[in-house]
Amino acid sequence: MPEAHDPLFKGRREQPWPIRIVHWCNALFLILMAGSGLQILCAYPYLGPRGAQYRWYPFQGTPPPKWMRIGEWLGGGRQWHFAIAWFFVLNGIFYVAYFFLSGEWRRRMFRPWRDLKGAIAQFLYYLRIRRTPPPTDFYNGLQRLAYSSVIIFGLVMVLSGLAIYKPVQLHFLTLLFGGYDGARVVHLAGLCLFAMFLVAHLILVSMHPREIINMVTGGPRE
Amino acid sequence: MLAGCDAHPIKGFLGAMKDWNEKFEGFVFSPSRLAPELPAADTTPDNAFPSYFISDTIPIAPPDWTLSVGGLVDRPLTLTLAQLQQMTRTDLRVRHHCVEGWSAVAAWHGVRLSEIARMAGLKPGVKFVEFNSFDNEYFSSWDLGSAMHPQTILAYGMNGHLLGSNHGAPLRLYSAIKLGYKMCKYLDEINFLPSQTGGYWEDQGYDWFGGV
Repeated sequence: MPEAHDPLFKGRREQPWPIRIVHWCNALFLILMAGSGLQILCAYPYLGPRGAQYRWYPFQGTPPPKWMRIGEWLGGGRQWHFAIAWFFVLNGIFYVAYFFLSGEWRRRMFRPWRDLKGAIAQFLYYLRIRRTPPPTDFYNGLQRLAYSSVIIFGLVMVLSGLAIYKPVQLHFLTLLFGGYDGARVVHLAGLCLFAMFLVAHLILVSMHPREIINMVTGGPRE
Repeated sequence: MLAGCDAHPIKGFLGAMKDWNEKFEGFVFSPSRLAPELPAADTTPDNAFPSYFISDTIPIAPPDWTLSVGGLVDRPLTLTLAQLQQMTRTDLRVRHHCVEGWSAVAAWHGVRLSEIARMAGLKPGVKFVEFNSFDNEYFSSWDLGSAMHPQTILAYGMNGHLLGSNHGAPLRLYSAIKLGYKMCKYLDEINFLPSQTGGYWEDQGYDWFGGV
């Protein structure tokens, strides 16, 4: 595990301040995006076009519960969603830029040939199939997999959102998602995946409470 | 606190972001980009295509209905339905995008708004177009670029028949490049204007540009 002793990280905190700021901003933005998105969904809580709604979607006609929504009505939900979207995107761009320019990618990015075995071992450990956790340096393979793939996942959310927002002006993008109603499916499926990510994230972080403190204070220096 | 009954613009953070987003929408809009025309097989069944109006009952046009075209124009017009039907006809079958999130497909038959503008002769300084209806106080206003788009028409027909009174008969605005609430139904007046006005939904908080 050479990156643990990478001189680049000497004296650097486990969670440098740009990452902490991005993380907590992202937590706020994602809550606002999800809540306002669900408010928008309420206006037409179906998937598929008029007259040809998809049979496979189990929640046709079921609006999300009121406590999950932000914006009070469709117009308010749209205002919140399209306002916060900019900050969500800027936050993401800032993170990706920092991720690569600072070299943080070297200890955070999932690289299959390095991390795949460890990720599987860690997963088996969480399932209690394996008794001991695999040796870990900065992050374990499963953490790297989760925190790297979530970046791509964020990108898919932004692109599918743009495809719904401008299906004519960004027609090529909308086509990529199988048309306007396909983009709505991807965008809502993304929200469900995000909710699952959040649940897993909160469970795992409660098993490693030191990580919460690190994400506030920055943690020890290498 | 003053309880105003006029339209109050949204203030603060959300208002500033709404203004920014409307500028962004104008920036993204390309006057030459066409929405794809769809095959007849994609048509939504007539009974599945929603029809909205704000009056308590379906608005019915007066028997002497005409369309007035005015504002900053050289030749104000008063057009009957028969006159509109004699003009060059444009047909389009495109996807309709509602602000609520649903989409549907229909064919629309009518006259390009750019054709009406050419007949009336726009004076310099026209930047916006306002559409008024006999459906209570329903109205909307557009940027000139979107109004002059080749897929923006005044429709008197839908899916091969005359426009039904539930869909805005005798005449409605239809466009492939705007959300549904921008396409004023039960149309009776069009004004070409130098400054921006609002709209029924726009004054309540939907974005004014409303492009797709």
